[in-house]
Amino acid sequence: MDDLRLLDTVERYIKGEMQPDERVHFEQLRKTNPEVDLLVVEHTFFLQQMNRFGEWKRFKSLLSNIHVDLAEKGQINSARLQGKAKVIYLWNRYKRVSAIAASIAVITTLVISSLVWIIAPASPRSQFEELNKKFSQLEDKTRKQAKEIDRIKDKATSVPQDIPFTTGGTGFIIDTKGYLVTNAHVVEDAKQIAIQNNRGEYLVKVVFIDTERDLAILKIDDENFKPYSSLPYGLSKQTAKLAEPIFTLGYPRNEVVYSQGYLSAKTGFNGDTLSCQIEINANRGNSGSPILNRKGEVIGILNGRQTNTQGFAFAVQSKYIFDVIETLKKETKSPTIRVPSRSLLNGLDRTEQVRKVQDFIYMVKVN
Amino acid sequence: MKGLAAGDRKIIEGIYKDHFNMIQSLIVNNNGTADDARDIFQEAMVVLYEKVRTGSFELNCQLKTYLYSVSKRLWLKRLQQNNRLFTQEVDLETTVPVDEEIGQHEKRDAEFELMSQAIQRLGEPCKSLLEAYYLRKMNMQDIALQFGYTNSDNAKNQKYKCLMRLKKLFFSEYKNGNTHG
Repeated sequence: MDDLRLLDTVERYIKGEMQPDERVHFEQLRKTNPEVDLLVVEHTFFLQQMNRFGEWKRFKSLLSNIHVDLAEKGQINSARLQGKAKVIYLWNRYKRVSAIAASIAVITTLVISSLVWIIAPASPRSQFEELNKKFSQLEDKTRKQAKEIDRIKDKATSVPQDIPFTTGGTGFIIDTKGYLVTNAHVVEDAKQIAIQNNRGEYLVKVVFIDTERDLAILKIDDENFKPYSSLPYGLSKQTAKLAEPIFTLGYPRNEVVYSQGYLSAKTGFNGDTLSCQIEINANRGNSGSPILNRKGEVIGILNGRQTNTQGFAFAVQSKYIFDVIETLKKETKSPTIRVPSRSLLNGLDRTEQVRKVQDFIYMVKVN
Repeated sequence: MKGLAAGDRKIIEGIYKDHFNMIQSLIVNNNGTADDARDIFQEAMVVLYEKVRTGSFELNCQLKTYLYSVSKRLWLKRLQQNNRLFTQEVDLETTVPVDEEIGQHEKRDAEFELMSQAIQRLGEPCKSLLEAYYLRKMNMQDIALQFGYTNSDNAKNQKYKCLMRLKKLFFSEYKNGNTHG
């Protein structure tokens, strides 16, 4: 009997799949042959370990699933640390580090910014294509008809029906109160902006634009909007790793579109350090789409592609969203935007992740 | 309790809903974040689950007290590891001794970690093949079809080779781990 057949037999023996006479025969063999006996004992132990490992894994993923569900329904308090508790916690944890870091940071910032000022080249923008889309007249018409039907079906929307939206992109929620982020070039020179997905259609206003980083913060300005209870994804402060698998959801069509790829370079167009290069299928309308990693953390925002090559695109790194929020806080008196830094999607499979994220991603329509 | 042992989603969701907020306030008031709370609570649920599955478990206090005690012990352990302090000493809530469970839990966790690492180190297609057969309990015909083997015997052959490698990886680490204590 060769090893393969032996192990197969042992496995059947352990699982109790043997016929009675075969079983008697095998038990006889076990008694006479100590090696076989040892194999049975060892393999039983191993299979038990495997089984329990499997159950343990299933149970853990069930728990994370339940957590996200309950948080969505607002049945558990999954608010992040707030107010005083957070300040004390952070202070205790980082007081020593922060003192040192602050002094180093001041010096380096001064040196680097003066250097950049002197040597930064003006980048040729012509090869770089921004991926906001233009709605053709026909498309606009279809969309209006569809909307008309929706309205008849009594889906209240406060967005006036006669605005001819001409361009658009994608945006996603970063704060449950209704703050979104998208690319600056999507909403530049906009007269009116609306967002739309399966959840509904809302009017938004621009809170802040940073053309340097190509980021814009929008706020939903609509009485029909109900705040979310929590966000499924978090925003990563780290630079993504090379070859990290990524996926995105966006609105290159009037329908949400999924695509996946990987991070192919840590810098963007012409060595731009604000962004990174990703290998992904991106089209007009994908501008402003979140780039998520396997754990469900947003690592960037898609903002453009190179015109003379196909297949790769560029994304603004997500850590700059934090910078923009910081600037916003200093310059205006708007309420603080709270961005979650940890994702609740870790450990879920991709279809589950996408299902949970969908509701937080909107088509941005600009007039 | 039977529902929990069988992995009934409704029942687990109920336990989750009724107790999570309590554990969260314990953690958050003691130097933790909401994310820590989530980790600790889920770990405590795993402890409970494992305990219930042994069949011999009798709850001689309220479920609430049990989960609270386990979570508190787990959190204390983690704080000690990170040299952080548990600021608020025992509140009025009574706790029950759970040392035995925590000890067993740590041992099991270490074993699962070993298994997980061994499977990771196998690489593809071994990893998916073994997971399909042993963890998702698919039969050999379906596996042959899904992985593109021409017949189930070839798949079986490949599975055997993979299994031998996994056992080798697992047991070498397992024995090492045991001798090191």
